[in-house]
Amino acid sequence: MTTVPAPDPLVLDGVELSSRLIMGTGGLSSLHTLEQALLASGTELTTVALRRYAPGQGDSLFALLERNGIRILPNTAGCYTARDALLTAELGREALETDWVKLEVIADEDTLLPDVVELLDATEQLVARGFKVFAYTSDDPAVARRLEDLGAAAVMPLGAPIGTGLGILNPHNIELIASRAAVPVVLDAGIGTASEAALAMELGCDAVLLASAVTRAQDPVAMATAMRHAVAAGRLAAGAGRIPARRHAVASSPMAGRIDAAEEPSVHPADVPRGDWAPVGEGR
Amino acid sequence: MSAITLNGAPRVVPEDTTVVDLVAETVGRALGPDGHPVDGGRLGVAVAVDAAVVPRSRWGRTPVAEGQSIEIITAVQGG
Repeated sequence: MTTVPAPDPLVLDGVELSSRLIMGTGGLSSLHTLEQALLASGTELTTVALRRYAPGQGDSLFALLERNGIRILPNTAGCYTARDALLTAELGREALETDWVKLEVIADEDTLLPDVVELLDATEQLVARGFKVFAYTSDDPAVARRLEDLGAAAVMPLGAPIGTGLGILNPHNIELIASRAAVPVVLDAGIGTASEAALAMELGCDAVLLASAVTRAQDPVAMATAMRHAVAAGRLAAGAGRIPARRHAVASSPMAGRIDAAEEPSVHPADVPRGDWAPVGEGR
Repeated sequence: MSAITLNGAPRVVPEDTTVVDLVAETVGRALGPDGHPVDGGRLGVAVAVDAAVVPRSRWGRTPVAEGQSIEIITAVQGG
């Protein structure tokens, strides 16, 4: 297998992670396949939900993550109010011995969209209680700014609703959020395939969080590998200074020196950009 | 005996039961008075009594009382 070029590390709350792919753990019935997928993804941080202990079920996921040295980010999935989210966050801190929490406060079960009013309220209270809040939010740049102002450790806008695989519905907003944020921005939810994870990184996000795209793929391990490469590729591309998009073609091979040229002008016209040649979006 | 609710289901427990007893029984591991497994390692479990978190360090000193609703939670696959 080819090696993935190591991107610069992601720093979350002072902790360096070499992978910029954060994985959810939901959606697979086989813990063995989940483990293979997590290892293939190269992730160093995974989200978990908190639920009633069911003998023989709960501790094996915890043991799996511990065994592989993967950090745990407990979430507040299933909470509809700030009050519920606070209790769940407190339980997560106690159970998993971490101040980190992925704060999810959902408006309704059809859309699973964040209830940003409750989200802002919960963020403020959790920050006051010493939590490091990773706020799952809408793709609204104004809300992202408010979360940051309230002390969120990371802002995590959705690309599309959870589990839809619709990709990034509003790339402009995601780019705007990433360009204005002083805290890490993690694209969370909506990713369906590798190109969308790469796009998130190209738009300036610091990391991508996904679950269903891998765990519900026909071949989770192959998709996890693809996501690992996509996130690394997108990060590298984002820092590589892409060429501007243009209206007209620019030959990458010189016209001068062709073997059938009858006459050889010193500079061939096709080597000179046309007068109306302009990057797309500039002029017109 | 005390009638309680444990993870949503009715239970009857002896009068002198503490939270640490309930947790040890539920997870099937022996726990020390500090709430940590005597076999070492981490437990990955938290407890709420009537919707208030009881820190692990207090499990051994927290008696279970008649009518209480007790939740024992852990990490499961998700989000």
